[in-house]
Amino acid sequence: MGTRRYLFTKVMQAFFTLVFVVCFNFFLFRILPGDPARILARNKLQPAEAVAEMVRDFGLDQPLFPGQFVNYIGDTVRGNFGISYKFHRPVTEVIQQRFWRTVLLLGVSTLIFTVLGILIGIWGAWRRGSAFDIGSHTFSLIGYSMPEFWLGLLLLIMFAVIIPIFPVGGITTTSPEYTGLRAIYDVAGHMVLPTLTLVLAYIGQYAIVMRSSLLDVLGEDYVQTARAKGLRDVHVRRRHAVPNALLPTVTLIALNLGFLVGGAITVETVFSWQGLGLLEYEALRTPDYPLLQGLFILFSVAVIAANLIADLLYGYLDPRVRVA
Amino acid sequence: MSTPSQVVGDIPKNARQIAWIRRRRALKRSWRTFRGSPMGMIGLVILTIFALTAVFAPLLAARSGLSPVTAPGQPFQPPSGQYWFGTDHQGRSVLTLVIWGSRVSLAIGLIATLISVFIGSIVGILAGFFGGWRDVSLMRLTDWFLVIPFLPLVIVLASVMGGGVGGGGLGLTAFVIGITSWPSSARLVRSQTLTVKERPYVERARALGASNWHLITRHILPNVGPIIFANTILIVAIAILSETTLAFLGFGDPNAISWGRVLDEAFGNGAVIAGNWWWVIPPGVAVVLVVLAFTLIGYALDEILNPRLRRR
Repeated sequence: MGTRRYLFTKVMQAFFTLVFVVCFNFFLFRILPGDPARILARNKLQPAEAVAEMVRDFGLDQPLFPGQFVNYIGDTVRGNFGISYKFHRPVTEVIQQRFWRTVLLLGVSTLIFTVLGILIGIWGAWRRGSAFDIGSHTFSLIGYSMPEFWLGLLLLIMFAVIIPIFPVGGITTTSPEYTGLRAIYDVAGHMVLPTLTLVLAYIGQYAIVMRSSLLDVLGEDYVQTARAKGLRDVHVRRRHAVPNALLPTVTLIALNLGFLVGGAITVETVFSWQGLGLLEYEALRTPDYPLLQGLFILFSVAVIAANLIADLLYGYLDPRVRVA
Repeated sequence: MSTPSQVVGDIPKNARQIAWIRRRRALKRSWRTFRGSPMGMIGLVILTIFALTAVFAPLLAARSGLSPVTAPGQPFQPPSGQYWFGTDHQGRSVLTLVIWGSRVSLAIGLIATLISVFIGSIVGILAGFFGGWRDVSLMRLTDWFLVIPFLPLVIVLASVMGGGVGGGGLGLTAFVIGITSWPSSARLVRSQTLTVKERPYVERARALGASNWHLITRHILPNVGPIIFANTILIVAIAILSETTLAFLGFGDPNAISWGRVLDEAFGNGAVIAGNWWWVIPPGVAVVLVVLAFTLIGYALDEILNPRLRRR
């Protein structure tokens, strides 16, 4: 019974967050000082008729409420975010084309920095005060203090220009165009530097959280008991300490997706990785409001979904959460 | 305002004086603990150097070095005895840019933090102190803002309010960062308020007929204050990072040199392809050092001022 109620609460919370984001988006683009009609008119390159047509397309000639709001909700639910100013194609189509590239980059990076970060954190906590612990902790703090894109610029100058072992940017080599296995190899080569940037930028946070969470657990009575029973170190660590210390890290992975999206925007820009991050950069440089709106909703939905999954996972992993 | 008595043997005349004496002692005690933290002291030294650089920028590098018209050097020069960090695409010394950039980067970081902490403290105290439906609704709002991805939100706000890249100026950058980064401090302040609210002396004051205003300003705020302070220092780090990122993406006043702006210009003018490392490294190192300094100080303060950590 407790489980069902927990599930229901979490799903409802996620749903209302989504509703909030959608309403917020409407409010932002229509009621704030820069309302769309004025923003459209500000672009001097647009002839007056074009502006009038866009105003009609967006339904901006209708009253804000209920006309515009109802239209907007309907469009959003159907995934219709209008036509991109820059690409002259539906926003959804533009996003779809770029979607998997970002998933690929962020997915591989997340996998690497989560696993490595957790391992580093475990080793640091287990040998607290050792050279490894101090070294990795310092490294983590410096990584945390670094703008991701700056790290990207450094790696790019180092390993693509001064020592040219990796391509300067993009996803594939355009000439010659590779096929089959060579194509996969080619993409992998393009991925090395952006992935390395994201990994180095985010690994520290996981190491720090895992370290402090394991240090907390190591002070618990059941770890003492396990030790007192005469279990070997490896056994205490693997069976008793680490599984419990992993819990906060699960939440962090989800919460961090919000920041990771930010990292993707700047890192994809630096490496010209034509995914959603670079798309956001192009949209804000134009500025392409329909595209910005679409991306904002998409990123928010992704983060809300990730948080919901983390909450559900958390409930499964830690029975205490369900009861409380 | 009564001045605290200087002589230790003096008998304090009223409650306010007693309070001041106690506060001064607590401050001294905290400072002694802080001095014992090597990390915190390293941060403080780094921060002092950068703060002095920002204040005395005109003495360290002539302002005329910022204008492309009066810049003394040739473009794209590698580091030399004359230009320690080389020059940029307009022949400006990168060292001059980094020195003057410290002003904008630090100022925006501080202003954004003030806005953020102000909102966060008010939301946190109101939610924690009054409880009930006010708590529930304020915390839901906080959670919503926590979940919305930070950079896309900032980008959308800055684009809509400033009318796109290059518009809006520095104030807008600080404002946007401030109004998006408050949720974490709101949560912290709320949880702290909840524990302070239940203490016996608050109950006593309430029983004596103290108003909510009196309780909040005289009992809750002074007790929550230290934690807000430690949190503030940590938020400055985040705000400076955010400013750097926003400037790199092209937001803010194009004429105000901040570290992020220097990186944006370097990236936009082919510093990467040309391998002009001297143009990219110094502003980034400055950001890392300052952010690291604030983070180290913040952690050190947190350990001193946060009772939960102190007990450990």
